[in-house]
Amino acid sequence: MRIAIVDESSARAAVIEEGLRESGLSDIATLTDRRGLVARLTELEPDVVLMNLENPSRDTLEESFLVSRSLGKPIAMFVDQSDEESTIAAVDAGVSAYIVDGFKKERIKPILDLAVRRFQAFSKLQEELAEAKNMLAERKIVDRAKAILMKRRGIDEPSAYALLRSHAMQSNRRIADVAEALVTADSLMGGDL
Amino acid sequence: MTLDVFRVGFLPLVDAALPILARELGFAEEQGVDLQLMRDVSWATVRDRLLYGHSDAAHLVAPLAIATSLGLDRPPVPLSVPFVLGLNGNAITLSRPLADVITGGKEGLADPVEAGRRFAAIVAERAQGGKKIRLGVVHRFSSHNYMLRYWLAGSGVNIDEQVDIITIAPPFAADALAAGEVDGICVGEPWNSVAVERGVGAIVTVTAHIWQRGVEKVLAMPTARMEADRELVHRVIRALYNAGKAFIEPDRREKIAAILARPEYLDGPADLIERAISDRIKLTAATEPLHIPDFMFQHREAANFPWVSQAAWLYAQMVRAGHTRKNAKDYAAAQRVFRPDVYRAAFAGTNVPLPGASAKLEGGIAATIGVGTVQGRLMLGPDQFFDRRSFDPDQLDQYLAELSA
Repeated sequence: MRIAIVDESSARAAVIEEGLRESGLSDIATLTDRRGLVARLTELEPDVVLMNLENPSRDTLEESFLVSRSLGKPIAMFVDQSDEESTIAAVDAGVSAYIVDGFKKERIKPILDLAVRRFQAFSKLQEELAEAKNMLAERKIVDRAKAILMKRRGIDEPSAYALLRSHAMQSNRRIADVAEALVTADSLMGGDL
Repeated sequence: MTLDVFRVGFLPLVDAALPILARELGFAEEQGVDLQLMRDVSWATVRDRLLYGHSDAAHLVAPLAIATSLGLDRPPVPLSVPFVLGLNGNAITLSRPLADVITGGKEGLADPVEAGRRFAAIVAERAQGGKKIRLGVVHRFSSHNYMLRYWLAGSGVNIDEQVDIITIAPPFAADALAAGEVDGICVGEPWNSVAVERGVGAIVTVTAHIWQRGVEKVLAMPTARMEADRELVHRVIRALYNAGKAFIEPDRREKIAAILARPEYLDGPADLIERAISDRIKLTAATEPLHIPDFMFQHREAANFPWVSQAAWLYAQMVRAGHTRKNAKDYAAAQRVFRPDVYRAAFAGTNVPLPGASAKLEGGIAATIGVGTVQGRLMLGPDQFFDRRSFDPDQLDQYLAELSA
């Protein structure tokens, strides 16, 4: 069975490909470039095409599938109403899939389920990454706020932090928010930090 | 007041204006609706989100709503169109060398009959030389495709034999033209103007010159979803109607263009968008914008009323293109997609003009006439096709026979 993964995110494509290989599938091609996509897929003749739902090339590909069907190379889209639940799960996860017409459904279901899990894992990974970046940014801004307080008030670092913390608690805000307000105010007042 | 959430999927095009403005100018809120917009870049994604419940309704190319209801490329799901988001608004942009032949070096837009004749000659010549002209449209089931085909076929082109028509997502159309992947594109704004500004093409005709009142984007939703909450749908389409009224106010153009240009909407140049909404189009990079009356048509003359005959005309074009085989059941189902009854129910008792009929002879009006209404006064302007043929929805067989004669 030959599977083509079409995704403009090469990172996500790699995550899916890895999952497929782990489950014993080896005939896999990954396509990340929009240009020449139809020609490459025609060459590859995959049995299954896995694609991210938001891929900008979907209209172009669906058209080429329809045309090739009319030429006698039957390719149909895998949005089979008889398995509504897994289709909904796929759309929710951001996966769309196309299979060659006549391909056994028992064989496609595990692949699609796997792709859905990998897509979800990838989204979660991205969220965690964004969160980590955010935390790093927050730590930096708290450090700057502490430095401003230390310089302006002539206090040490623990006292500066205690001051930020008590102000945050009193005003029912997050320390990072108080720190950001302080840094902004300081720069407006012509602070040199 | 708590607002009812209503989610609408859209593609970054100028004619997504009404849902965007319904939200941004407060018309939705006025109707107690929190109208949330979901942007995508392909119609396939917009349609999937609609069918699998990520959105409640979508800004959709009209023929795709019919194709989805008939199940032409996937299992059928009945969709309903209670509101038309606009008429016209697309253009045909060709590579500079081709465009120069068609305009004959003259400024302005050529007569569509004359331009079509010249284009057909080059198409034939290139096909004979084994190098078919390749044209890009935004979707197989798009008004762009059928309008382009109507113009080509009516100008004497044998479409199946002499020309290649492929699908390109609107935001990539200018790139494809620049890269030489296609010789021309039929897309909506601002994507023609983007190609023109980049100097990679020139506009040779606009769809308003192929059909003066051509149905374009619609508000489509699963029929089951619409029937489940008709009252909410009524409020949504009233908000969209008011957005249309604002859209055509000249004083608001600059502000409207700025809203549409925002990253979360079209993410495109505000000046080009403003030109499109004021019907002023630059045909080539070097010329001044040309005023093309009715280039876009979003409000006047009950433009938002879903005429059943519009759906019927589209079905006829789908049959003609070989996209479906004609049968009476499908023809009836295609016409049922357009829901003038819902539109009427939404505006009953207001001052919005409501036509008395649900279907009309398409292409039959040569000069503005008054038409019968159940409410308000309504004048309809010229709606002719470039070949002066008209379409009577009750005479489908005869129409198709005449076209293939």
